[in-house]
Amino acid sequence: MPTQPTPVLEVKHVTKRFPGVVANDDVNLTLYEGEILALLGENGAGKSTLMNIIYGLYKPTEGEIYVRGKKVEMKSPRDAIALGIGMVHQHFQLVPVMTVAENIMLGAESVKRGLLDVKKVAQEIQELSHRYHLDVDPYAVVEDLPVGVQQRVEIIKALYREAEILILDEPTAVLTPQEIEGLFEIMKRLQSQGKSIIFISHKLKEVLYISDRIVVLRDGKVVGETTPAEATQEKLAAMMVGREVILTVEKEPARPGKVVLEVKDLKARSDLGEPALRGVSFQVHEGEILGVAGVQGNGQTELVEVITSLRKAESGQVIINGEEMTNASPRAITQKGQSSHVPEDRHAYGMVASYSVADNLVLNTYNLPPFAKGIRINRPAIIRHAEELIEKFDVRTPGPHTPAGSLSGGNQQKMVVAREFSRPIKLLIAAQPTRGIDVGSIEFIHNQIVAKRDEGVAVLLVSAELDEIMALSDRIAVMYKGEILDIVPREEATRENIGLLMMGVKRGEKVGATS
Amino acid sequence: MSSATKFKRTSMIGLGIAIALLVTSIIVNLLPLPNDSIWKVLFGVSTLNFTLRATIPLALGAMAGILCERTGIINIGIEGMMLAGAFAGFVVKVLTNDWPLMASLLAGVAAALIAGALMGYIHALFSIKFKMDQIISGTFLILLALGLTSYLFNPDWVAEGKFSPIAIPVLSDIPVIGDVFFNNPPITYTALILVVLLHIGLFHTKWGLRSRAAGEHPRAADTLGVNVNFYRYLNTTLGGMVAGLAGGFLVLEAVGQFQEGMTAGRGFISLAAMIFGNWMPFGALGAATLFGYTQGVQNALLLAGVVDIPRHFISMLPYVVTIIAVAGLVGRVRPPAAEGKVYETEGSSE
Repeated sequence: MPTQPTPVLEVKHVTKRFPGVVANDDVNLTLYEGEILALLGENGAGKSTLMNIIYGLYKPTEGEIYVRGKKVEMKSPRDAIALGIGMVHQHFQLVPVMTVAENIMLGAESVKRGLLDVKKVAQEIQELSHRYHLDVDPYAVVEDLPVGVQQRVEIIKALYREAEILILDEPTAVLTPQEIEGLFEIMKRLQSQGKSIIFISHKLKEVLYISDRIVVLRDGKVVGETTPAEATQEKLAAMMVGREVILTVEKEPARPGKVVLEVKDLKARSDLGEPALRGVSFQVHEGEILGVAGVQGNGQTELVEVITSLRKAESGQVIINGEEMTNASPRAITQKGQSSHVPEDRHAYGMVASYSVADNLVLNTYNLPPFAKGIRINRPAIIRHAEELIEKFDVRTPGPHTPAGSLSGGNQQKMVVAREFSRPIKLLIAAQPTRGIDVGSIEFIHNQIVAKRDEGVAVLLVSAELDEIMALSDRIAVMYKGEILDIVPREEATRENIGLLMMGVKRGEKVGATS
Repeated sequence: MSSATKFKRTSMIGLGIAIALLVTSIIVNLLPLPNDSIWKVLFGVSTLNFTLRATIPLALGAMAGILCERTGIINIGIEGMMLAGAFAGFVVKVLTNDWPLMASLLAGVAAALIAGALMGYIHALFSIKFKMDQIISGTFLILLALGLTSYLFNPDWVAEGKFSPIAIPVLSDIPVIGDVFFNNPPITYTALILVVLLHIGLFHTKWGLRSRAAGEHPRAADTLGVNVNFYRYLNTTLGGMVAGLAGGFLVLEAVGQFQEGMTAGRGFISLAAMIFGNWMPFGALGAATLFGYTQGVQNALLLAGVVDIPRHFISMLPYVVTIIAVAGLVGRVRPPAAEGKVYETEGSSE
């Protein structure tokens, strides 16, 4: 940081109201030239809203924004771009069917005699990738590129527009540990070339590692500012959540019993008809948690879908409690197989948003007594059941009749977990059980999963969050391109060796030419 | 390997068939075959002329569809836009019967374009401003056009004259190709040029890049300062114009008169051609040619007096081929990703 820091961006008293919600409440924020400012906060704390205001996508209800000391009024991203603000969105804003060059020039096209000058753009992209070590092929089609490379395209997109202020919204969420290191190197290099960066994250370790200054947001308000030198993970977590949080999961060593789930040489195809599982085999014993790690899109989704019979297996076997259940009906799997499923996409598979919390809590048991009386539904029993679970699983809802869709993400997930964990089960399949929810709820769900294990349930945990896998699993299976590359006992697993496996490098192999 | 390439290849099936057809025809017509040979019936110059005449409105309809749908607006109302264009062109032609023929016809074309544009604009307004379901809006336009034109149509009106072929010097002397392609009335030429222009426009200009982005990932376009809804209004209106031209073709170039419901499902077959061609101008032209050819063959077979097959089966041909072509393609084509979705700039998405 320069000795006398110049503010490049100032947010003054910004409030943003959506119908029924205050997303940002009197927020003040200053970004100095050449610094990496971390904006830390839970999902729903208002980080993305604030960034969308700075980028001109939303208009603030109240408050002002200054760029290099001048008050600015942004009507659209076009104005933000003109002021030298660039943003890498959490969900990449890339057109999958277009080439890298087309994506980068969109909105700032080079034109020669009325036609797009792709050659010139490609050349400029190559110059930029050279200067910042951001390796991309301008002619590649975006959907064929790995996520890490797509992110580089997003960064180049901002640099192509000569951005001086870069906003990176949750950039590490989709990356492998090695890709994250690469991103941090890029960020350091951008910083050394004078760019100012706002780095948004809810991962404490990363924030402490990369940033110069940390601002914490909670419930739309700035609740604190600190530096990595002064802060610790525990302090930051407490600031984020507003109370003390235990970050590590306390658990006894596993006492595995007999095999509950066995998968033998399973093969299946993705929605696009391409092979997604290429012969997957493993066993899960009672009383243990098998974690499945891997970068998203390596067959984990299909694996869970095939085991729960939401997708057809082409060949191979799924054996639950010693009984062959390959391609059985989903109801047979849950009831006869005594299994539970916390799906990765709770909105699509885990709940009916317009149904009440009470109805959502009996989605897979409504046809059984006491909830069903003959062909009729026993409403009092359903409500009583709901009240019990809301209490036990700490679902924050106005009541059992509230539509599930109006709860926060964390509480929706607790509701799903309450439903799936409250039946007598032998097998638990949890896919991304803590995706997009707050630290407090994560802590709760993690403890519930461990409690199930200790009751003797076999747990299959699929997660893209390596920290979660490391915290909970007794054994870790790593998926890569539809295969299980290796299953590592927890004691032998490190972030490094699991990270390498996630990139497809088997133990003992050398790292290839992965950029 | 790349899925993008896979989809690109699919779009060229129709074009491949169209080219194969032309090559076969050239060979057949250069061979000394008797005139009543089945080869001459299936691939003779007159069959190809029929084919082209049947293809043009389908190709124009498909281009109209591509224009709208590439920006993300589903347009099943092409049938209605065509009919409105046909009727407007007819009325203006009748009103200007005492003008010089060319001026009168061009006034008709202008009316067809304006009527089509108006229909397109209404569709855009419903879909974008009023966030109406785009299928419903399209259906509404079809019903509106059918009802209004039938109600306003007076069978006593007669349009005098229609566009006549203009032979292009030198090129029209080429055997077979010259007869088929270079001795046509003006809207036919316009339509073929339009296909080329649309391809260049979509894939090699600023307008095309932004239009496609609006249809594939409007949010991405918006974050780069592209006004998504502007391109949606513009292209849906332009698409309406092109569909109107297809109607103008029917009245002012092909038939010479208006008949109630004269589009006879061509708008829907255009949509099939657009899908079969994977939303690519040349692909859609190829598909339109395939469908047009089935109509050409139908005509040729009926004229040649083929009696072994009941004529009803021959008349079915175009529709059966359309159904088979589209049904066989499920999962092999890829529509613009954001098709049919309203784009809102600000909202609480979280």
